[in-house]
Amino acid sequence: MGDFVRGLWKENPVFVQVLGMCPTLAVTTSLINGLSMGLATTFVLVASGLAISSLRKVIPDQVRIASFMIIISSFVTVVKLLFEAHIPTISSQLGPYLPLIVTNCIILGRQEAFASKKPVGRSLLDAIGMGVGFALALVVLGGVREFFYQGTIGGFQVLGTWYKSMVIMVMPAGAFISLSLLVALFQRISGRK
Amino acid sequence: MEFFFIFVAIVLTQNFVLHYFLGICPFLGVSDEMEGAFGMGIATTFVMTLTAIITWNINTFILKAFNVEFLEYVSFILVIASLVQLVEMFLKKYLPELYETLGIYLPLITTNCAVLGLALFMVLREYNFLESAIFGFGAGVGFTLALVIMAGIRGELNEEDIPKPFRGTAITLLVAGLLALAFMGFSGLVPT
Repeated sequence: MGDFVRGLWKENPVFVQVLGMCPTLAVTTSLINGLSMGLATTFVLVASGLAISSLRKVIPDQVRIASFMIIISSFVTVVKLLFEAHIPTISSQLGPYLPLIVTNCIILGRQEAFASKKPVGRSLLDAIGMGVGFALALVVLGGVREFFYQGTIGGFQVLGTWYKSMVIMVMPAGAFISLSLLVALFQRISGRK
Repeated sequence: MEFFFIFVAIVLTQNFVLHYFLGICPFLGVSDEMEGAFGMGIATTFVMTLTAIITWNINTFILKAFNVEFLEYVSFILVIASLVQLVEMFLKKYLPELYETLGIYLPLITTNCAVLGLALFMVLREYNFLESAIFGFGAGVGFTLALVIMAGIRGELNEEDIPKPFRGTAITLLVAGLLALAFMGFSGLVPT
């Protein structure tokens, strides 16, 4: 159980480990986008974690990074094709950031630190925990940005029509500043440092 | 003129780091030493220019020619990883002095999403060969610029009394936000 819970809060990939920043900042213009990216990353994390953990005794140590990259990028290709076929609008909104899951440091990091050394069951729990933790962070950031941008959450109108949209929230500067405030809030709550 | 606009756009108005959020990890993790940031920037620019040139050829003459575009990500990441390795071996053998300065940064470039991002953007925008090369070089220059500015600001921040929860990541992100805001001032420089 500890393997699962760790990724949610204590070692949250976004707020604590500060990994996978590119997709975190780039696609969180709305809650839905954040959620789709989070789920896609979780899928790749779980699938490659399972594959690498089962192959951990077969993959030679010298070429392990290259092997991990091939496994990861194959699963990313699967996700990309699935998205294109079933949810084309979201796929085109995520654009090149969907394939960029390949270089998301969380994925390679978990393989190197966990899946390549631990049995399949524990690697699975770890991958799900990290994936869900990542997805949660993206949903929160996406929700906050969407809310301040046009007063909606997940597409539903929360504030009245009087709310003037705040364009800065969907621009790069808004992404950096919102994440900065969220990280500070997280640190304050968890009382770290 | 067109080449010039591609260059200016990728360095200033659509900076890889501050507009596309690519290469954020090294950007946030950069130390407060200008020299180190510059070295990292130069090494990355070098790899990016080569990546643009090689992946363009692979995409045009292999992936498109044989209709195997679904292998895009796998082949690109392999090219980048081996390219970084090659550059490292080449520098070690022929330019040991340069290797001393850049060596430690090189392995980190493989997982720099700016490099893969560059290749993906290049394919998406259907650039021709020369445009791709300029795009790759410009992306590297823009990355270096952002990195050096950040290193300079971090040097100054060390002397400030920052509120506790903001120390570390949060303040760096805030600075990045203000930088992105400042870079928005460049928009309009390139006609769209």
